[in-house]
Amino acid sequence: MNPKNWFEESHSEMPKPWWWVFIGFLILGGLILPMFTEIDVHLDMSIIFIFALLSLSMGFLWGYGGMLSFGQTIFFGLGGYTYAIWSLNFNETTFGLILAVFVPLLVSCALGYFMIYGRISNIYFTVTTLVTTIVLEKAVRATSDERFVIGSVRLKGQNGISSVPDLQIPWNPDETLFLTGVYYVTFVALFLTYIALRMLLITHFGRVLVSIRENENRTELLGYDARRYKLGAFVISGGIAGLAGALYGIWGNFVAPEMMNLNSAANIVMYVIVGGKSTLIGPIFGTAVVQRVTTELGMAGVGQVTLYLGLMLIIFVMVFPRGILPTLGTLTFITFDKIRNYYKNNFDKGDKDGQ
Amino acid sequence: MNEIIIYLYQIAFSLGLFILISLGLAIIFGMMGVINLAQGEFIMLGAYFCLFSTQAGFPFWISVIFASLGVGIFGIIVERLLIRFLYGRIMDTLLATWGLSLFMVGLVTTIFGPSEAGVEAQLGKIWFGDYSIATYNLVLILLAFVMLALTYCLWRFTKFGLIVRGTMQNPNMSAAMGINTKLYYMLTFGLGSALTGFAGAMIAPIVGNQPTMGVFYVAKAFITVISGGQLPLMGTFIASTIFGITDGIVSFASTQVVGEICVLLVAILLLRLLPKGITGRFKRGF
Repeated sequence: MNPKNWFEESHSEMPKPWWWVFIGFLILGGLILPMFTEIDVHLDMSIIFIFALLSLSMGFLWGYGGMLSFGQTIFFGLGGYTYAIWSLNFNETTFGLILAVFVPLLVSCALGYFMIYGRISNIYFTVTTLVTTIVLEKAVRATSDERFVIGSVRLKGQNGISSVPDLQIPWNPDETLFLTGVYYVTFVALFLTYIALRMLLITHFGRVLVSIRENENRTELLGYDARRYKLGAFVISGGIAGLAGALYGIWGNFVAPEMMNLNSAANIVMYVIVGGKSTLIGPIFGTAVVQRVTTELGMAGVGQVTLYLGLMLIIFVMVFPRGILPTLGTLTFITFDKIRNYYKNNFDKGDKDGQ
Repeated sequence: MNEIIIYLYQIAFSLGLFILISLGLAIIFGMMGVINLAQGEFIMLGAYFCLFSTQAGFPFWISVIFASLGVGIFGIIVERLLIRFLYGRIMDTLLATWGLSLFMVGLVTTIFGPSEAGVEAQLGKIWFGDYSIATYNLVLILLAFVMLALTYCLWRFTKFGLIVRGTMQNPNMSAAMGINTKLYYMLTFGLGSALTGFAGAMIAPIVGNQPTMGVFYVAKAFITVISGGQLPLMGTFIASTIFGITDGIVSFASTQVVGEICVLLVAILLLRLLPKGITGRFKRGF
């Protein structure tokens, strides 16, 4: 019933040579793109890369760990705030960036421990992360009072923290990265993460993770403690989301509670669903497509974007639950199969006729 | 003395609110197993129905009934168009209803604008020394308990309740007994929606109506029903009590946001200690 699919071929094997060629071309394209385009394109592309990184973290956790976490935006926000607070306090950004990955790692570890080690089912996991997102956003919004100061930085509640410093070059702190520099940083971060996750899936850890998604009970009966692997996946994706958050702060020189609200969580889920959650390239592709569409919709001034997002979400869940890329992959596979069979039949017939 | 009364009132009010907003979800999620993330928007819809009905000149209590009926019918429409294709596909239900929630927020914002509008339901105040309590809030607490009791009686003592419980427990067996299970799924979802609409109409006078008001109620409702566990009504009641007391005490001592954070922490702790919910080990009941 489930025809083989070019985009979701067994991910537990070393990637095929054509995959390396494909990735090589993408990376080459990404690296030379700034030479032929204007600054505004770099700016637009950087934000797509940042959100792609975030949806990659969700797609990994959801598609391969079987856990849909709305909490990715929590770690996204945490990463951004950590970077902003550290770099504003100490006027130093390299360690701030490291910390922006580390703090979400710790928080996801704590949150994940309570949820995953309590062995709550995947659906309760989803709802708990959702609730945590809602409450945390409200908490951050409530910090507008002057009492809420970390070091010398006021949290400022829903106004967010502005004038977040640019990223300094580690060996030369006087120089900061700007526009095109940020483009390269986000691009490299995205593709390194993508390749690292792809490689992670062929390790022991990745294989056990996929087997847990397929059948948790059976994996446990084989002697694996599913909770450890699930927590591991949750923590990894939390760290990636934190990195994306810090990059967002660098990109816009601004962090705000909107980073972790439900609407941004909705966007990320959209990206992953539209692209196809059973692949790693899908979320990246989905981010580019949906970002484009929502920007166009917003510019066309056709009213509330959430209205169309909601409709899109319903349509995708009801009609294309697997997302664009896997559906396309299956379609092309079926088509090629048909063509091959057709030729094979004709060829066989011709053979017979010839005899 | 007066301070103690105010304190108790604060706790009772939190408790009443928790029961009110979780009751609809206790039926839709607790009994039917449908994760309805648009629950908050159902509440919002109830509040808007109530608002327009009072603006059209109907008395407040009639408007509450209109709101319940309106959201109930809306729920049945949603069940026919969306939910019925998704029974048993719990993750897809979650995503589709989330889409519905975004859609409803977008639609209501487009039509009525993002601004707030209040509903008037002044019943006066009761004074305890220097403190005053709005009588309406006391009525709200009372009605929350009445609705809980009525729902319990409906499931426990009527033929309708018996059929619904049987259908939810084992749809195939019920269908074999000649029950139109699809009809009962639809009616149960409608009833849950109607209760949600009632909650929306009841809280309309104490909060400002705005399209995004649903978000905070959906969070509260879900942690209550999930922490409650497998017996929807009993679980909802016990969880509401725990969260209501926590919220009441902390909100009174500190701010409302701290109260909500504490409720969340208690809920996460409860999930770790009792992963199957408070009533996870109970054998019988609702």
